[in-house]
Amino acid sequence: MEMFSQLQKHKFLFEELVKRDFKKKYKRTILGMGWSMLMPLLTLLVMKIVFEQFFGRNMNHYTTYLFCGNLLFSWFSESTNHGMMSLFNNSGIFTKVNVPKYLFLVAGSIQTLINFALTLIVFFFFCWLDDIQFTWRFVMLIYPIFTMMLFSIGIGLILSAFFMFFRDIEYLWRVFLLLLMYGSAIFYPIDGFSQKMQLMFACNPVYRHIAYFREIVLKGSIPSVETHLVLAGVAVLAVLIGALIYKNNNTKFLYYV
Amino acid sequence: MSDAKVMLTCKNVSIRYKVGDFKNIGLKEWVMRRLTGKFKVVDFWANRDVSFSINEGDMLGIIGTNGAGKSTLLKAVSGIMMPTKGRIERKGKISALLELASGFDADLTVKENAYLRGAMLGYTRDFMDKTYPYIIDFSELAEFEDRPFKQLSSGMKSRLAFAIASLVKPEILILDEVLAVGDGAFKAKSEAKMREIIKGGATTILVSHSLGQVRDMCNKILWLEKGRQIVFTDDVEGVCNCYEDYLKNRSIPPKYDPVAARARIAARAAEKAQKAAASKLVADAEKANVDNLKGVS
Repeated sequence: MEMFSQLQKHKFLFEELVKRDFKKKYKRTILGMGWSMLMPLLTLLVMKIVFEQFFGRNMNHYTTYLFCGNLLFSWFSESTNHGMMSLFNNSGIFTKVNVPKYLFLVAGSIQTLINFALTLIVFFFFCWLDDIQFTWRFVMLIYPIFTMMLFSIGIGLILSAFFMFFRDIEYLWRVFLLLLMYGSAIFYPIDGFSQKMQLMFACNPVYRHIAYFREIVLKGSIPSVETHLVLAGVAVLAVLIGALIYKNNNTKFLYYV
Repeated sequence: MSDAKVMLTCKNVSIRYKVGDFKNIGLKEWVMRRLTGKFKVVDFWANRDVSFSINEGDMLGIIGTNGAGKSTLLKAVSGIMMPTKGRIERKGKISALLELASGFDADLTVKENAYLRGAMLGYTRDFMDKTYPYIIDFSELAEFEDRPFKQLSSGMKSRLAFAIASLVKPEILILDEVLAVGDGAFKAKSEAKMREIIKGGATTILVSHSLGQVRDMCNKILWLEKGRQIVFTDDVEGVCNCYEDYLKNRSIPPKYDPVAARARIAARAAEKAQKAAASKLVADAEKANVDNLKGVS
């Protein structure tokens, strides 16, 4: 709650930081914002060709299935990679001016949220092309989007703090993301796996978010209450751990610049 | 002036830096050094037992050689660092100008940077909308408003930084080597502005290597040397003399002793005069010699 009152106090700075990230991101590219929509589409295209043509996956609405996974995973990967650098990249500011340090990360995550929203529009367009039935239940998609945002902010807080202490966390995280990608069932269904493997998937928060999306979009049903609790719990846990690390190291980051 | 409001107090402030193996070594090295017991962290006291207090409208000058701990002390005062020991009490809004041109974003324009900086200093959008024309006017950057920051000269950057920090009416203003920027005309302008702010009641801390500036503008002075406080007093002239004396002759200990300093300065002046006289004598003799030779030929 303290965080929210502080956010209110630093609203102007927050807005300026969001603006800065936005301007810096789109300045150098001719296509500008178009890239944000084009990149996931190109990835999707590659995956579709590879898995349909070479691995002969034939599943109803495979494109939508693939897109669900790709959509959420690339958001998670972008926002954590971005978040990891947020503290270090702004070290020129927080060593000179006394500002709350998490602002940089939260402002950056607004940026990735906008990117995600753009891709989401494309996603709905593809759903329409794929003859998906749009129901009122689609409104529930807001829930996993919200928890995913919190979750990636939490992970970003943890990573950005670690990055200040050990710069090589960047490489480790890249490898971990690769592992996570293969472990999130983005391009394959998990029905054929053993009970034990299915449990492993259930322990993967990113997969849980993807599954939530698929259940609503492909099956038209709302996931269980348990799923909702797990998503919220994991997100809150990640933010709490991140906030704790920030709180304990607030005046120590400066020594590591 | 005993009833003046105390704006800032530092009581026995000590700040410890860690130096050594702990940063930029990477995870692997860190684990290796921990395992082999080679991991070393050395404490470095940037400030030790510094105490001072300033009242509303005061202008405190902080002097000391490089590495005396001036900038570290200012970081603690502005709240960026926590003192390891001791206490700092501040009242009012602090606007700190530490290492001026840094902290700006090279890709943003002058206007965007001005707003970002204003936001960092804790001002509102309304306030910035109102003061921005003054800022751009004071820094004389109107024609560069929409240029990216990286295209400006460093003098222009510091001009903007100064304009923002001084026009936003802080209650405590911290200036770290700021007035040494800009060309002659801007220097005069910024000094005039500084005086205006001080008259307006702002409390100012000035770090400067220009003793002339300190003598001119400050009414209190703090001398730091290797993190230790040599003296804090309002005898600005006396401390400046001692410091100047110390700079000329590093073999004497840095000490606040205006009488001895004055004596040494006088002695040095006398010695210099003597030397000048002696060299004049020699020159005269040589000249006379030459004249003689001329006369012979």
